[in-house]
Amino acid sequence: MSDKGMMNNPVIRWIEYRMPIFSFLNHSVGTEYPSPKNLSYWWNFGSLAGIVLVIMIVTGILLAMQYTPHADHAFDSVERIMRDVNSGWLLRYLHTNGGSFFFILVYIHVFRGMYYGSYKEPRELLWILGVIILLIMMATAFMGYVLPWGQMSFWAAKVITNLFSAVPWIGDWIVTWLWGGFTVGNPTLNRFYSLHYLLPFVLVALVVLHIWALHQFGSNNPLGIEAKGPQDKIPFHPYYTVKDLYGMGVFLLVFFAVVFFAPNLLGEPDNYIEANPLATPAHIVPEWYFMPYYAILRSIPQKLLGVIAMFGSLLILLVLPWIDRSPVKSARFRPVYKWLFWVFVVVCFVLGYIGAKPPEGVYVVVGRIATAAYFLFFVVVYFLSYIERPKPLPASISEPVLKGGGSPAGAQAKPMEKA
Amino acid sequence: MKKLLIGVLAAGLGLTLTTAEAAQTPAPPEQEWSFDGIVGTFDRAALQRGLQVYREVCSGCHSLKYIAFRNLSDLGYTQAEINLLALEAVVVDGPDDEGEMFERDGRPSDYFPSPFPNDRAAAAANNGALPPDLSLMAKARKGGPDYTYAILTGFEELPENWKELDEYSFLPRDFKLQEGLTFNRYFPGHQIAMADQIAMAAPLAGGVVEYADGTEATIEQMSHDVTTFLMWTAEPKLEVRKAWGVKVMIFVFVLTVLLGFVKKKVWADVH
Repeated sequence: MSDKGMMNNPVIRWIEYRMPIFSFLNHSVGTEYPSPKNLSYWWNFGSLAGIVLVIMIVTGILLAMQYTPHADHAFDSVERIMRDVNSGWLLRYLHTNGGSFFFILVYIHVFRGMYYGSYKEPRELLWILGVIILLIMMATAFMGYVLPWGQMSFWAAKVITNLFSAVPWIGDWIVTWLWGGFTVGNPTLNRFYSLHYLLPFVLVALVVLHIWALHQFGSNNPLGIEAKGPQDKIPFHPYYTVKDLYGMGVFLLVFFAVVFFAPNLLGEPDNYIEANPLATPAHIVPEWYFMPYYAILRSIPQKLLGVIAMFGSLLILLVLPWIDRSPVKSARFRPVYKWLFWVFVVVCFVLGYIGAKPPEGVYVVVGRIATAAYFLFFVVVYFLSYIERPKPLPASISEPVLKGGGSPAGAQAKPMEKA
Repeated sequence: MKKLLIGVLAAGLGLTLTTAEAAQTPAPPEQEWSFDGIVGTFDRAALQRGLQVYREVCSGCHSLKYIAFRNLSDLGYTQAEINLLALEAVVVDGPDDEGEMFERDGRPSDYFPSPFPNDRAAAAANNGALPPDLSLMAKARKGGPDYTYAILTGFEELPENWKELDEYSFLPRDFKLQEGLTFNRYFPGHQIAMADQIAMAAPLAGGVVEYADGTEATIEQMSHDVTTFLMWTAEPKLEVRKAWGVKVMIFVFVLTVLLGFVKKKVWADVH
């Protein structure tokens, strides 16, 4: 689909003259958007998350046509979707598992950004927008989990909204205001439904801003050095469009394997019991993607401090670009940071494991150590950026690529011909 | 440094795992099910026997409110058989033109009637414990159908000297079976209010059902059949889901392989 060929079409020319949407798209994800030539498969996860957002919105709109947001009917209406609505089971399993996979993709996307220093100058705003997307996503997922009105829906809503009672003086008032009553009830369900429908479109708007900010300087890359000229870049289309499509295929294989063969793998069995305000489940656990924050919350004995630490564990990411002072972006050239990063990843997994366990015995101790380690990471990163000696950086993106590939100098000019 | 770190972590995790295992309810043993695996389907004969067990035993206390008689076509029944099954039910309908509720024969579009008019009545008839609806039971507990089967086969007489037996080491030392409850090792808390009107111990005493197809109605057989049936009530779309899944996976796999080749071709001149 070359630019010139498309412009021969009179309809496209007519529209383009009045509103240059085709050249806009071409500059956004087409032949006119140059990207670093050395992006690895770790750079697929942003577009994959975008694809899942679309899947979520489409399945969500269709589910909303069948769902009843009322405390007395929500659970039954979900069962009706599962039993009587044509392909309703598929829509629902795509949507619930899509939520989990959305988080898997976004977490990998965030870790990739941390490893390769994608948050550093001049991409701080891009990073901040990403963190805000993550926060809105979490709010959306939390409210969505309440909608089936199962036992975990109800009790997770109760526990999480109750956190706001830790706010001094006005805490209880805030909680009542959030609930729209004196307990989690029908008004709570209704407002969560309303917001669960609204926030995904806020996410779409934020994603547009995220991509806008991305296009100002283009993608970071595994070397973490900026492109020096056209020889370091290739057009987004067809190179990264086809690579993203291939990545999508691999992702869908994993996603569909879960949706079709183990659709309840990531869910809590308790949520197939209708919400009962009089029966508290033995262990109230949030969805797996909230486990690390839940572990941090419970590791701190004082409620208000626990809530602050839990939200702080996410908000601290907003200032990461100013915590890490090292001018070197990619961990490939940062011998100490590289290890620190992997320790941080392990700490996140340990926190996730602890969050799923009852807060007793050795779990409490491990949870506290891991919580301390989580925040200590950012302290160490700050000091490390002053004392770490980075390895020498390559002169340009093309240099190491050519060295490994063994193809002659001609390859430098060739890629642009595709445009 | 790396090995040391991994070692410390592994030791830490190992420690947490071992301390957590003591004094826990035994995990339900894994069973073989016709619906297991990526091409699993429901054994129709087991479903029909399971329906019979539900109707003759479980339905005395447990409702099955998400299942309508029309759904029984999934079990291999013909329309005429479904009509007959529905006819056996008495359904309260109304109000009629005089404003009165009235009873009528069941139709295929009716849902399975509940044994009690409401939850309070159900609890009152069962020592204060509400017999849960069974529609979703096979996926509403950890362990799924294995758990359902384990509960049904897990009724036993707790021996007097259980404290000396290794087999019962999972029980808290001060465990005491309450009046009117039955011991069940797989149930959380190990005592269950599940009724013992039928036999002295288990609701499914051997031979309580006489199978229409002549299968011997042992406790294991009945438990297996009714669990298969309850898996169907919980996941009635399981078969179509798996059948679609196989097709979808093949399609996406071929598509992905092709996309992989296209990617390789497009990128051939870059490296």
